[in-house]
Amino acid sequence: MNYKQLAEKPQKLASGHRSCAGCGFPQIVRAVLASTDDPVVVSNATGCLEVTTTIYPYTSWKTPFIHNAFENAAATLSGAETAYRALKKRGKLDKKIKFVAFGGDGGTYDIGLQSLSGTLERGHDILYVLYDNEAYMNTGIQRSSATPYGASTTTDPAGKVRPGKQEFRKDIAKVAAAHNIPYVAQASVNNIIDLTKKAEKAFKIKGPKFMVVLQPCTLGWRFPSNKTIEVAEKAVKSCFWPLYEVENGEYKLSYKPKEKIPVTEFLKSQGRFRHLFKPENKHVLEKIQDHVDKEWEKLLKLCGKA
Amino acid sequence: MSKKKAMTGAEAAATAMKQINPDVVAAYPITPQTPVVMKFSEFVNDGEVDTEMIRVESEHSAMSACVGASAAGARAMTATASAGLALMWEVVGVASGSRLPIVMNVVNRALSAPINIHCDHSDSMGARDLSWIQLYSEDAQEAYENTILAVKLAEHPEVQLPAMVSQDGFITSHGVQNVTVYSTDKIKKFLGERKPIKALLDVDDPVTMGPLQLQDYYFETKKQQDNAMEKARQVYIDTGKELSKITGNDYGFVEAYNLDSAEYVIVTISSTAGTVKSVIDKMDNPKIGLLKIRMFRPFPYEEVARLLEDKKAVAILDRSESFGADAPIYGEVKNALYNAKSHPKLQSYIFGLGGRDIYEKDIENVFESLLKEDIEDKKRYIGVRE
Repeated sequence: MNYKQLAEKPQKLASGHRSCAGCGFPQIVRAVLASTDDPVVVSNATGCLEVTTTIYPYTSWKTPFIHNAFENAAATLSGAETAYRALKKRGKLDKKIKFVAFGGDGGTYDIGLQSLSGTLERGHDILYVLYDNEAYMNTGIQRSSATPYGASTTTDPAGKVRPGKQEFRKDIAKVAAAHNIPYVAQASVNNIIDLTKKAEKAFKIKGPKFMVVLQPCTLGWRFPSNKTIEVAEKAVKSCFWPLYEVENGEYKLSYKPKEKIPVTEFLKSQGRFRHLFKPENKHVLEKIQDHVDKEWEKLLKLCGKA
Repeated sequence: MSKKKAMTGAEAAATAMKQINPDVVAAYPITPQTPVVMKFSEFVNDGEVDTEMIRVESEHSAMSACVGASAAGARAMTATASAGLALMWEVVGVASGSRLPIVMNVVNRALSAPINIHCDHSDSMGARDLSWIQLYSEDAQEAYENTILAVKLAEHPEVQLPAMVSQDGFITSHGVQNVTVYSTDKIKKFLGERKPIKALLDVDDPVTMGPLQLQDYYFETKKQQDNAMEKARQVYIDTGKELSKITGNDYGFVEAYNLDSAEYVIVTISSTAGTVKSVIDKMDNPKIGLLKIRMFRPFPYEEVARLLEDKKAVAILDRSESFGADAPIYGEVKNALYNAKSHPKLQSYIFGLGGRDIYEKDIENVFESLLKEDIEDKKRYIGVRE
């Protein structure tokens, strides 16, 4: 799908929702929902996306939508998908319907990981899309296990003796891939064509599919609201956030930057890493660069490109 | 055609589920509910039902999947106990707040800590304010019939609330009794199919379920839940009358045993009601009787007041605590009598926590105390070491 085709698709998420200026998730949601012509049932974890799109009595969703709680978007969708199979089997339904869950990193990496894991293991025919803004943004920028090393958050701030988060993020795409599901992909909001290509592919595959999409948060990452795409692009070009797929266990690189930019280019674009540029934190920057390099090499090996 | 069959309470619940043949069952095993889920899994894997079963990884996901399935428009059921109910707590409230008629068998078991696998009612009594209909079963037969009744009651358009059907862990769930199983055809006809007002799978009429409601709407939604609970009273009676045509049994909010002539009454629920009946028969005293509560939510205040107001003394036997407050059944009975024309003396008893046995002798002692009008204004404990 090219941009023109994408623009011509019916909008399943209406405008008028209350997400922040510069937030990328409306683009992610629209791109994913436009990647199939079948009707889609959406399950959504508690979070920014849910609270900004379903303020009763209004809704932005022009497609069936359910929000249950924070940690159970996957299990909820597994119930709806099972109901679909049950009602179809009993001749009470004949339509072809697709099932998509949207969750943030808090609802997926952390509190919802068990619900996700169970759903993936049970083989439900669903697509889980994680929009990853690397912290609990809806409740005020608290640390999650998606928060990168060194980032300042409200529960792990850049302090006098501890310069923000001291742990590297969980590699959620590999966690999902370890369930031996047919399709896992890592994407980013700066490359919508790649994102739709992956979503289109995912919708065509039967069984559980998982996608994680980088979603820079203007408020939590502290950058101007017109820089979302640029910041995401730096994450990708520095290989901090590589784009790849795992199809039936086979790793495939989606994008290899011609020239890998230093990770500091990505880090310095955001307020959450500002403290790392003080001379005493130089070693933190080096540690991050070293980590990015090692992870990138590992990924290249997995993709057969090393 | 009905058939008598020896079975446990757990199998009775599973048999009801088999006849209901729900679209979706999502469940996770926990003692002493395990034989319900195991038996039903056999029915699924042997093709005796065509239910889609989701073997989830936790009770939290069991209820979450039930919410998804029920919202989708399916008839969804589950079963749990104790810690399982505690784990799914958050989603138990989502089910009722979303007005989804999920039916759940609760095989009553004590809550941790200390960990204990035996019967008391602290699990479901703790959930009494989560806007679920609650029916308590004295024996396997009632567990079977209540499960069937609960489905129709929960799905009634005026109600649309989830329902818990409780039976006593081990005592009922693992004890073998003769159960009359009614014809599956008649049960199916009685139940009909679920007709949801709105369904997630109706893609031509997209609905947003589980929205954000703040200061401006949340309160009304909660008030509607209470209205639905109030309506559930009459729907329960009407549904019971309909079921009675198949079973010949009565489905009142309460069951009165030797109550007309009685002046001294024990109020209790579930299997202990059976023990009380046996003691009443043995003591052969027209002055003693039993009031068994079958439906705890909504609570039958009027009926309880009407049946107890002219009695001399009433002992209320609770199998759960409300620490630092009146025990659940005692508190409700006391409330019920506030506006009554006269007031019997009331004595609260706590018994059987963590499966501590209650013997006929204990019940006899309660009746003896009542007959002497030996009442005090504090909880008494049956069979506990001081």
